[in-house]
Amino acid sequence: MNAGRPVGTRLHWWWVFGAAVVLVAAIIAGVMIGAVRLSPSQVVGSMLDRLPFVDLDTGLTVRQEAIVWQIRMPRVILAVVVGSMLSAAGAAYQGVFRNPLADPYLLGAGAGAGLGATLAIAYGPNTGDWLVDPIPLAAFAGALIGVSFAYLLGYTVRSGRTSVTLILAGVAVAAFLTALQTFIQQRESETLREVYGWILGSLNTAGWAEVRLVAPYVAVSLAVVFGGRRLLDVLSVGDTDASTLGVRPGRIRLVIVVFATLGTAAVVAVSGLIGFVGIIIPHTVRLLTSASYRVIVPLSILLGGAFLVLADIIARTAVAPAEIPIGVITAIFGAPFFAIILRTSKGVVS
Amino acid sequence: MDRKLLGVIAVVAAVVFGLFLFNLVSDTDDEGAATGTTLGATTTEPDGSTTTSSQASTTTEGSDTGFPVTIDAPNGEVTIDTKPQRIVSISPTSTEVLFAVGAGTQVVAVDDQSNFPTNAPVTDLTGFTPNVEAIASYDPDVVFLSFDPGDVIAGLEALDIPVILHPTAVTISDAYEQWEQVGAATGNLSDAKDVVATTQASIATSIETLPDGADTLTYYYELDPTFYSVTSSTFVGELFALTGMSNIADPADLDGYGFPQLTAEYIIEQNPGLIYLADTRCCGQSIDTVAERPGWNTLDAVVNGAVVELDDDIASRWGPRIAELVDDIVLSIVDLEVVNA
Repeated sequence: MNAGRPVGTRLHWWWVFGAAVVLVAAIIAGVMIGAVRLSPSQVVGSMLDRLPFVDLDTGLTVRQEAIVWQIRMPRVILAVVVGSMLSAAGAAYQGVFRNPLADPYLLGAGAGAGLGATLAIAYGPNTGDWLVDPIPLAAFAGALIGVSFAYLLGYTVRSGRTSVTLILAGVAVAAFLTALQTFIQQRESETLREVYGWILGSLNTAGWAEVRLVAPYVAVSLAVVFGGRRLLDVLSVGDTDASTLGVRPGRIRLVIVVFATLGTAAVVAVSGLIGFVGIIIPHTVRLLTSASYRVIVPLSILLGGAFLVLADIIARTAVAPAEIPIGVITAIFGAPFFAIILRTSKGVVS
Repeated sequence: MDRKLLGVIAVVAAVVFGLFLFNLVSDTDDEGAATGTTLGATTTEPDGSTTTSSQASTTTEGSDTGFPVTIDAPNGEVTIDTKPQRIVSISPTSTEVLFAVGAGTQVVAVDDQSNFPTNAPVTDLTGFTPNVEAIASYDPDVVFLSFDPGDVIAGLEALDIPVILHPTAVTISDAYEQWEQVGAATGNLSDAKDVVATTQASIATSIETLPDGADTLTYYYELDPTFYSVTSSTFVGELFALTGMSNIADPADLDGYGFPQLTAEYIIEQNPGLIYLADTRCCGQSIDTVAERPGWNTLDAVVNGAVVELDDDIASRWGPRIAELVDDIVLSIVDLEVVNA
C-alpha cells in the first residue's frame, strides 16, 4: 500500500506550526481584503478597540464598522469552520472506506441536503415568517436522512457487508435523491434559480447567526474525528486484520461516519454544496507529509479552513463588487493545484 | 401443418389489425383537421363582423382582417394564414399582452406560470421544459414562447404550427414591438397600438411627477436574497433609468451580462438611498427580513423605510403592467423625499 516509503506516523511540531501559520495568515488576509477598501491599520484599530479597556478612535464610519464586524468577520470564521469540517470529514471518509475517492458527500449527505433544501424552497412556508430559516434545517435533516438510508441499505445487504457495499449503497441513494430533487425542481420551476444558487454554494449571506448555528455540531464532529485518528490508521490495514488487532471495524466505521456526517450536514445547511475541499485537502496533506491519519486529520482541519478562507477571498474580490460562487473557485484553483502536488510529490495516495 | 396455418393467419390478422389502427388514427387526424377548419370557418364570420365594426369605429389601420399576415418575429418571419382562434401561450408576459390587446377570448391554453390575468386558461404546460406533444394536443393555430430550451420551435413547425418567439425584452422599445406583433398576429393590431400608446402616456405622466433631485439618488434592485441584481442595461434597469437614479449594480457587471451577484459588503458601503425587492414572492423577503440582515440596519434606506416591496411577477415581465411598476417606483421616490424633507 505504501510502497514508496515507510509510514511516518509522527506528527512533527513544525508541520502543525506551519499549518497554523497558514491558517492565521489566511484569516488576517480574509479580514483585511474585501470588495470595499479599508485600510489595514483601521481594521486592526477596530479590532483592538473591541478589547476590554481599549478605546480607540479608528475613524471608521458606522457602515464600515458593520462591514468589518457583521459581514467580513463572520464570513471568514464561517469559511474556517466549513473548510475544516469538510476536510476532516473527507479524511475520515477516506480512512473509514479505505477509498481515496471518498468525499463528505459520498453517502448521500449532499444529495439529501439538496433534496431537503429544494423541498423547503419549493413547498416550505414563506421563509420570512419563520423565526429560524427553514432551508438550513431542511438541508440538515435531508443530509441525515440520506446517509441513514445509505447506511441501512448498505448494512442490510446479505452477502459481504464491506465498505464497498456501503459506498455502492451511497451511490444508489444519492442518485435516487438527486433524481427526486431534479423532478421537484422541474415541477416547481419558479424555484429553479434559488435552488441552483444554493447548490453552487455561497458564503455571501453569512452572518454570526450561521456561525452560531453550525459551531456546536462542527465542534463535536471534529472532536470525534480527531479522537478517532488512531483507529482510522488501524482500519487502513483492512477489516480482517483490524479485527485481529482487537478493534471492531463495523462499530468504528458507524461512529465515525455518523459524526462526520453530522458535521457535514450542518455546514452544508449554511453554505450549500462546496465541492472538492474534502478530497483535495486530505490528499494534499497525505502527499506532502504522511499517510497516517494521526498526521492527516489535524493538518487537514487547519489547512482546510485556510484553503476555504483563501478561496472565499477570491470569490468575493476577483470580480468585485460582484461575487463568484465559491464552489467554482474551489474547483478552478483547487484542481490544478492538486494536479501539481500529485505530479511533483513522490508520495502514494492511500 | 395446423400450426403453420395458424401462424400465417395470426400474421395476416396482425397486419390487417395494424392497418386498421393506422387508418383509424389517420382518420381521426383528418377529422380533427376538418373540424378545425370548419370551426375556423364558422367562427370567422361573427368574428370578422365584430372586427370590421370595431375597425370602423376606432382605427383606420384596416389590418385586423388582413390575414394572411407575416410577422417579423425574433425567430424569423412567421406567416399566419387566418385569424387565430386557438392560441397557446407558454410565456407569462405573452399571456398578459394577449389579454391586454383583446385576444383573450382566442386563447385556449397558457402555461403554469401565467397567473395574470386570473381568467387566463391555466394548464400544466411548462415554459421551462416545454413539451411539443403537450402543446400540440391543444391543436393551436399559433403558439407564443419566450424561450426555446431545445428544439420546441422546430418540433411545432414540423407540425405546421406557427410559433412566435418573444424573448425577454432588453429595451422598452423591444417590448412595445412585441406587443404590436402580438396584436398583428392575432388580428388586434389597432388595440395593441392603443395599449402601447396608453402605456407610453402613463409612464410619461408618472415621470413628470418626479421630485427634483431624483437623479442624485442611488438604488439597489434585489432579484434574490443572495444579492443577485440587475444593471441599467437590462429591461427593468432601463425602466428605473427613466427616473435618473443611479444603479449601484452597474459597476459590478464586468461581463455585460446584466445580472451580477453583488457582494454583501459592497451594498453596505454603497448605502443605496432606495432598495427594491423583487424577491418578495419567490423568497419571502420584506422590509423586516432586510432590516434583520447583518449590517443592513446601518443603511439609510432601512432607516428611512425606503425599502420597496415589489411584485416579483410584474417586475420580471415586460407586459403592459410596466406602467404600474414605473408608477410605484416614482411614488417610492416621492415618499422618500417626504421623509427627508
